[in-house]
Amino acid sequence: MNLTVNGVSRSIESEPLTTLLDVLREELGIVSPKAGCEQGGCGSCTVLVDSEPRRSCLLAVAMVDGAEVTTVEGLGTPERLAPVQQAFTHHYAAQCGFCTSGMLIAAHAYVEGGGSGDHESIQEALAGHVCRCTGYVKIIDAVAATARGDEFDLSVTAASARMTNLGGVQ
Amino acid sequence: MTQATEVLVPGSADEAVKLFGDGNDVTVIGGGTIVVPELANGRRSAGKALLLTRAGLAGVSRNGSRVTIGAATPVQELVGLEAPVGPCAANVADVEVRSQGTVGGNLCAAVDEVPRGDLQSALLAVGATVRSAGAGGIAEQALEDFLPERDGRLILDVSYDEPEAGSFVALERPHAHVYTALGVSAARAGDGTIRVAATGLAAHGVRLPSAEAAADDPGKAGADAVDDVSPTDDALASAWYRSKTLPVLVRRALTELKEQA
Repeated sequence: MNLTVNGVSRSIESEPLTTLLDVLREELGIVSPKAGCEQGGCGSCTVLVDSEPRRSCLLAVAMVDGAEVTTVEGLGTPERLAPVQQAFTHHYAAQCGFCTSGMLIAAHAYVEGGGSGDHESIQEALAGHVCRCTGYVKIIDAVAATARGDEFDLSVTAASARMTNLGGVQ
Repeated sequence: MTQATEVLVPGSADEAVKLFGDGNDVTVIGGGTIVVPELANGRRSAGKALLLTRAGLAGVSRNGSRVTIGAATPVQELVGLEAPVGPCAANVADVEVRSQGTVGGNLCAAVDEVPRGDLQSALLAVGATVRSAGAGGIAEQALEDFLPERDGRLILDVSYDEPEAGSFVALERPHAHVYTALGVSAARAGDGTIRVAATGLAAHGVRLPSAEAAADDPGKAGADAVDDVSPTDDALASAWYRSKTLPVLVRRALTELKEQA
């Protein structure tokens, strides 16, 4: 079996019914998809399969043989963050960070799919993602900002002693 | 353990039927949303795994008012259909999971602590027929006859005539990943026949004949519907709660149907 993961072609040795999540984390060492509930209920393992957000814990790797898989590692780089990553940083949309990979993938797919940025459609797109820190307000703010095309100077965001959530940068 | 004795990936519907055979020791994997985690956490062993991903069984087609839905069609693809099917599909899981889970899997989902298969009420209400393969070859039967004896069958497609009017009502889910505790669908066919069906009351979706008989009087239909079922307690709701809310949902569904006269 073969997968193209973040633009790189990989041949897969795992058993065909191994979950895509286990293949990514255990065989390929790509650990942004998180093993949360491992039954489709939390969203933290979400990756893009041929540009569509999918639960990697609900897919046997044989079902996606030949597919293009994108994880957070493939969205941007530390020097050049993807727009959703910039917005999440600026809006302080991560607390413990466990749900963030899945949120970023869903948010990226939502924006790429032409999401309008209104509250209701963002909620619909992220409905399968659970944040147990309950940081939903800032996550939705960040997704709306990305959909609007907001731009951020993250050097200022990072330099702010109080961060944006406390009013340091407007 | 996720190993199987054999993993079969048919490239056509005919090949899928042949490889499924009489279904003995075959685990069918459509979208994988139910079966894959059960395999991964060891709650199920696969035997022979039949993957429908490339079997060409996905897609919705129309011939006049006849709608035919392939077994491997993602539930999300039904969201745009007329009530009750469209709104019922929109109430299944969240948009990402229902884009992966299939109609065939939804109709075959067994009870797992709670009744699953939230689409069944809508497809029962529109009088859907199921074409399935298995021992004795390909058979076509009404969905209500198929559901009690679905073990050992491979669904190929489901079809129905678009109803003249339809409605779907359900108890709200606390989160997108929870199965519906109680859902009621009603539909009026072109010949005036009214069908009412529910999920959350038994191992699979059921018609509510007493409610259908009193369909002209939604309040009475709701009260009578309780006679058709014997709900049980589970993690989602108690039998008492279901028996108290069923009349309300039936009344609302039929009232909504009447308003579409």
